[in-house]
Amino acid sequence: MMHTDTAPPGTAPVFHLEEEHHPETSTLLGFWIYLMSDCLIFAVLFATYGVLGRNYAAGPSPKDLFDLPLVALNTAMLLFSSITYGFAMIAMDKGRQAATQAWLAITGLFGAAFLGIELYEFSHLIHEGAGPQRSAFLSSFFTLVGTHGLHVTLGLVWLMVLMVQVGQRGLIPENQRRLMCLSMFWHFLDVVWIGVFTFVYLMGVLQ
Amino acid sequence: MFSNLDFTNLDLQKLVFGRLSLADIPYHEPILLVTFSVVALGGLVVLGAITYFRFWGPLWRDWMTSVDHKKIGIMYIILALVMLLRGFADAIMMITQKAVAFGPSEGYLPPHHYDQIFTAHGVIMIFFVAMPFVTGLMNYVVPLQIGARDVSFPFLNNFSFWMTVAGAVITMISLFVGEFSRATWLGYPPLSGADMSPGVGVDYWIWGLQIAGVGTLLSGINLVATIVKMRAPGMTMMKLPVFVWTSLCTNVLIVAAFPILTAVLVLLSLDRYVGTHFFTNDLGGNPMMYFNLIWIWGHPEVYILILPAFGIFSEVTSTYCGKRLFGYASMVYATVVITILSYLVWLHHFFTMGSGANVNSFFGITTMIISIPTGAKIFNWLFTMYRGRIRFELPMLWTVGFMVTFVIGGMTGVLLAVPPADFVLHNSLFLVAHFHNVIIGGVLFGMFAGVNYWFPKAFGFKLDPFWGKMSFWCWLVGFYLVFMPLYVLGLMGVTRRTQHFDDPTLQPWFIVAACGAVLILCGILSLLVQIVVSIRNREALRDTTGDPWGGRTLEWSTSSPPPDYNFAFTPVVHDLDAWYDMKNRGYARPLGGFKPIHMPKNTGTGVILGGLSVAFGFAMIWYIWWLAALSFAAIFIVSIVHTFNYNRDFYIPADAVVRAENERTAVLAGRV
Amino acid sequence: MSIAAATSALRARAQRLAARAGLLRAALVLPLTGLLAGCNLVVMSPSGDVAMQQRNLVIASTGLMLLIIVPVIILTLIFAWHYRSSNKAAVYDPDWHHSTQLEVVIWSVPLVIIIALGALTWISTHTLDPYRPLSRIAPGQPVSAETKPLEVQAVALDWKWLFFYPEYGIATVNELAAPVDRPINFKITASSVMNTFYVPALAGMVYAMPGMEMKLHAVINKAGVYEGLSAQYSGSGFSRMTFKFHGLDQGGFEAWVAKVKAEGKDLSREAYLDLEKPSEREPVRYYASAADGLFSRIVNMCALPGKMCMSEMMKIDAAGGAGVHSHENRERLRYDNRHIQQGDEAPGATTPATGRAPRSEPRPGDTPPASGHGGHDHHEQSKPGPNDSLAPAQRSNN
Repeated sequence: MMHTDTAPPGTAPVFHLEEEHHPETSTLLGFWIYLMSDCLIFAVLFATYGVLGRNYAAGPSPKDLFDLPLVALNTAMLLFSSITYGFAMIAMDKGRQAATQAWLAITGLFGAAFLGIELYEFSHLIHEGAGPQRSAFLSSFFTLVGTHGLHVTLGLVWLMVLMVQVGQRGLIPENQRRLMCLSMFWHFLDVVWIGVFTFVYLMGVLQ
Repeated sequence: MFSNLDFTNLDLQKLVFGRLSLADIPYHEPILLVTFSVVALGGLVVLGAITYFRFWGPLWRDWMTSVDHKKIGIMYIILALVMLLRGFADAIMMITQKAVAFGPSEGYLPPHHYDQIFTAHGVIMIFFVAMPFVTGLMNYVVPLQIGARDVSFPFLNNFSFWMTVAGAVITMISLFVGEFSRATWLGYPPLSGADMSPGVGVDYWIWGLQIAGVGTLLSGINLVATIVKMRAPGMTMMKLPVFVWTSLCTNVLIVAAFPILTAVLVLLSLDRYVGTHFFTNDLGGNPMMYFNLIWIWGHPEVYILILPAFGIFSEVTSTYCGKRLFGYASMVYATVVITILSYLVWLHHFFTMGSGANVNSFFGITTMIISIPTGAKIFNWLFTMYRGRIRFELPMLWTVGFMVTFVIGGMTGVLLAVPPADFVLHNSLFLVAHFHNVIIGGVLFGMFAGVNYWFPKAFGFKLDPFWGKMSFWCWLVGFYLVFMPLYVLGLMGVTRRTQHFDDPTLQPWFIVAACGAVLILCGILSLLVQIVVSIRNREALRDTTGDPWGGRTLEWSTSSPPPDYNFAFTPVVHDLDAWYDMKNRGYARPLGGFKPIHMPKNTGTGVILGGLSVAFGFAMIWYIWWLAALSFAAIFIVSIVHTFNYNRDFYIPADAVVRAENERTAVLAGRV
Repeated sequence: MSIAAATSALRARAQRLAARAGLLRAALVLPLTGLLAGCNLVVMSPSGDVAMQQRNLVIASTGLMLLIIVPVIILTLIFAWHYRSSNKAAVYDPDWHHSTQLEVVIWSVPLVIIIALGALTWISTHTLDPYRPLSRIAPGQPVSAETKPLEVQAVALDWKWLFFYPEYGIATVNELAAPVDRPINFKITASSVMNTFYVPALAGMVYAMPGMEMKLHAVINKAGVYEGLSAQYSGSGFSRMTFKFHGLDQGGFEAWVAKVKAEGKDLSREAYLDLEKPSEREPVRYYASAADGLFSRIVNMCALPGKMCMSEMMKIDAAGGAGVHSHENRERLRYDNRHIQQGDEAPGATTPATGRAPRSEPRPGDTPPASGHGGHDHHEQSKPGPNDSLAPAQRSNN
């Protein structure tokens, strides 16, 4: 019989731990796996846009609809919010609660600005008669961009909840872990947006 | 007459009840009325009994709000068994309709009803029987096999379970309020679109799957994290029990496949609710996109179901042959290869869509390649039996039944992977026979093997062997009687989902199949009798050792049923079959030095969120917008409030551990 | 542990068993064939060359796989019996769990079979591609260059089949006919939901999809009447969406065409729109003539007056869309909602949209058959789509 570790003959091998076993916390791994599954949802939406994105149904095309400078501004908002979230995390690492909260608030403002601009864009499109019911292109456009916007909204709510919780209990390990999860979420949304900006807006207008 | 209830303001009725009215309750339908009375009566009896025996408190405290993976696993399996009865009722209605509806006879199910039954049968059997069965067994067994005290996210586990229940409840509500989908279990558009399938049927289907899907996805994430992070010291990946390996691969598949289902159902919902054009014929929509997306989820789903069954067969074979599993490493590689390949074969479900010869043959050949690792697995079980000493306990019977049955299903599957052969067999009863051959002969046999195998672990006594054998033989013979005729009918060019036939020469085959279905019914009843008889004879069937079968993996090292904390001390693993190794090398169970054990606390949030999800789904189905908004807001608020609870765990005091362990010491000593 | 000894012992045993199994199989197969002889296994004994090749492929693949399946089943049963715990004579070796030679064998034998099957698949998938024009009408009978195939345009309606014969200008409902040994080019589409076009005796099936034109090439070699059906569930009337396919000799086919011409009415666009409404158990109908370009309009979802053809839409889209001021195009392209607007029950409708109690008996007077009245097409005001327009999903095989 083979054993990978061979205890010296005569001595009984150790078959259980005397002390309490603390497996490392799985939260970050679990959250990361969740993000990957979320990523797949976006992958489906991107693929759908890729297939349907040119089916204008004898209607408007990206060139007719997209306002690149506005979208660029929008992109800037989100990118800035990612940077400020980074600052919040640095402050958290140093244990500076007030600074963390301040940076989180700024992040939230940038996020809200992003959402505001997106909502303005949507309402403008719908007002022009280019709503999601107009064509498969617009259906997939609204769904892809809207799903991202929905994620940002959820992120904002989460951010506010966390600010309250940090305010209540300070930067305790649980809250730090939660802030790290939100950090991953927020940067993930940034990455997805870069995809949206390139694939939908830039390529749409420049094709 | 009820539909015209005279409300002074009809708009008010719309506002309050959406499109729901009394006419949507099928009170004049005898079949449903009887079903409903039986269900209601049975429900009342159960509720009455719970009240009479003052069981509400314990039920709530110890089960519904429990975060213990063992209890959640058991609840999943109970859900699966209950839904099996419903799914099988559908099956037997279908086959009897097919056996009588020839020529002038219309049978007793008009298409309108028949179409709902085959849709419900598929949906229920896959999502609410096979999935909870698989998830339940994984939930129960995996933490025990890796020497952990619970899963990574115990609350999430409870929440996942209640979301699965919520999906099942929504599907079941359609039986008594409104109707279920008639658009087949995968809801292909354009048929399932708003224009072709108005009404609540498809919406029931969408929300049932969507809500249950959330549970499945979260449970998948949970188990992946558990297996990666919570293994006992010394248990490297190549020392994982095979069942844990297959569970890992299954959960990776869940995480990588279910988001696609979620997304594609969202798109279909948008088409139905918002009027978008993803899968419509007109305005640039593309139904073929749906076919691709749903099968990119759907094919991995097949392996999500079968891989854990493979794992169970591996455990069972090795235990009852009294031998280490032959070719462990190749078993692991085979599992991983199947996992990866399962993403590269989805198009074989619609070869007849005209994708062209290159695409078709690519997907045909990738499909065939999967049979290589699968074949290797079969051989590995075979050579585990070789020079073994096989005890034909119930789980081993199911395993041998599986090996013979499954290879036939595998063969017809590979045959269907040859595109030109699929052109003549696609959507035929041959196909129906094939996938029942692998799902019954593979997944279900595996689940029954698993239940018989781990039941003594979960409850402290074995299942009655006589009724178990009855169940096995009824199922096995019944299976062949039902599905061999369907293979033949497929070769006669008979297609699936037909409610009536003109050609009377087909009838004998369907009658044989119906007889087989009756035999399977006996198999199911035997299973229920087996459980009842075992509970009554539990003292005779009692397992005091914790290791009734001469097991090889860690779950057999603890008592039956295991204590809440699973292991008083975390085990240290040195070899593949850890418990076999411990027994072999003179492991002595520690009798003292117990410490307090850190455990998660129970919580009712999962039940509440599940209940709110039912309300939300129901409201969306019936366009009751106020209730939808209200329940959605409630879901949101309850989730947020839950995060404000930082006090989520507690310590089992050392003296409680001492008491439990001393009790076991006494039991073990009394046995000798 | 000597692997060689084990394998040689196995081999000897396997040989002995193979002999026994042969007998056993013969004993099992004989009564089974007797039973099967009583019924018509049409997939196994088709009458068209394409279906025949597909049948041969089914047999060849099954045979290849049986090479491994049969030994596995037999070995399973033998091992299970021989190594039962009560058989103390059997060798018990609890530590034997690895053998490199055996591993190589159990991975490579399936691999070899799959390589063979894969090659067979690649070749047959290409030769039997439904889009590929026939190169032969039977083994050893190549299609000559001057042979003109019969073109048939098939439309899956809710729930009946409409066939156009452009060469003869005729159309039929729920009856298809073709001369023996003449290649047939099918062009297949559907009006509202997906179906498959399937004549088991003739050739494998392909999907019939709205807005798409699918192709199928086939030939019938024996005269006779065969079953045709849809194999893709499409709603209430699906079970009875069958038709008869008549394989006729040349003279018989000409007589059939003449009969259709003599008995048939005209299939105008209005008549088509009437016919297209959901209905079940349609009788066979003949049309001596059909409106010009009707099939193309069906494929392009513009049979309804006032609708824009998909081909036109796709032209506009390819040119970059029609700009923001194109609202009126949306209504001209809405197509799926026509039945609901006309008050017909949708194919998959459930309560409350059906307007009847859940799961009730079939509606009384279930959809009276639409009558194909004659008359002329009065809807020429609608923008006609190009008659020779390409179907949106048309695909060349090259």
